[in-house]
Amino acid sequence: MVSDMNEETKQAVLNYTIRLGDDAVVIGHRIAEWCRNAPFLEEDLALSNVALDFIGRARMFYGYAEELADDGRKEDYFAYMRDHREYQNLLIMELPRGDFAYTMVRQLLVDVFNLYYLEQLISSTDETLAAIAGKAIKETRYHLRRSHEWVLRLGLGTDESKIRAQKAVDDIWGFTHELFDLDELEQQMADAGIGVDNRSLQQDWSAKVKSILEEASLIVPEDSWKVKGGREGYHTEYLGQMLNEMQCVHRANPGLEW
Amino acid sequence: MSAENLQLFEIFLRSRRGLDHKHVGSLHAEDHEQALEYARDVYTRRSEGVSIWVVKSDDICASQEDDSESFYDPSNDKPYRLATYYQLPDEVNNM
Repeated sequence: MVSDMNEETKQAVLNYTIRLGDDAVVIGHRIAEWCRNAPFLEEDLALSNVALDFIGRARMFYGYAEELADDGRKEDYFAYMRDHREYQNLLIMELPRGDFAYTMVRQLLVDVFNLYYLEQLISSTDETLAAIAGKAIKETRYHLRRSHEWVLRLGLGTDESKIRAQKAVDDIWGFTHELFDLDELEQQMADAGIGVDNRSLQQDWSAKVKSILEEASLIVPEDSWKVKGGREGYHTEYLGQMLNEMQCVHRANPGLEW
Repeated sequence: MSAENLQLFEIFLRSRRGLDHKHVGSLHAEDHEQALEYARDVYTRRSEGVSIWVVKSDDICASQEDDSESFYDPSNDKPYRLATYYQLPDEVNNM
């Protein structure tokens, strides 16, 4: 219960919750960019559904952040009023959608992560985070079913689809290490039983991702490079551009509701 | 990729337990498995169903408009096939 938390804990949970909201809204927006651009109508609807799942998830996290902050900042504030330095999403979420193979490979890597992450978050001692995780994991299982099948289709499809899928895996791989990196806040949340110790997910994630990539006859890359910084607000050049577009309506009509 | 390379599937939904599956429309997919997922995304977004069947449109054998004369007209002059044709004895009037 929020009312039982001391001020310090409340701030920590707030920051932790905002991060989860940022992850969800950023990848949700990236997937939403496929709306009316997908290869064919059925996939367009399916991708838009996934995007809406993530945006709905962001609203739940930001809604909880609104309650924790209790200072007049509403969910729209967190999504639309913060610049890229204040966003604390993982970098993998903000990478441009690229081609269809790139989007689906990124989705697979993120879905497997979300699956294991949410499985842990369900046991959070924070009832709200646990409840959000309980709802989100059902969506994630479906997302993974889709991204898993698509990566198989692409890897085992044509020469062209295989080349594109492999290139996506190679290009994105260096961004996956950040998923299992814990900073001070995350360590504190994990120790308190509120958050998840992401490091503990890495083994399961690697095993699952490797088995799917091999099933798709794609090569698992060497760990040759890695980048991080999203949790500190250091982003790729792409996030600023994305937020520019995502926030432009709100900037033109501040505080507008509909 | 374009829909030209995909197959057409007919989608049947059961809206509640106990009811029959009803035809709701069709969609394109590569195979049955994918058709099932697209059916979920296209036709059950607003909780319309609890069960989905997908059938390849090619696998449906349908009667043709041209057949109607030989298929349906002959039953028009056979009212004795309807229960209402028969005068029931008073004893069974509430049947």
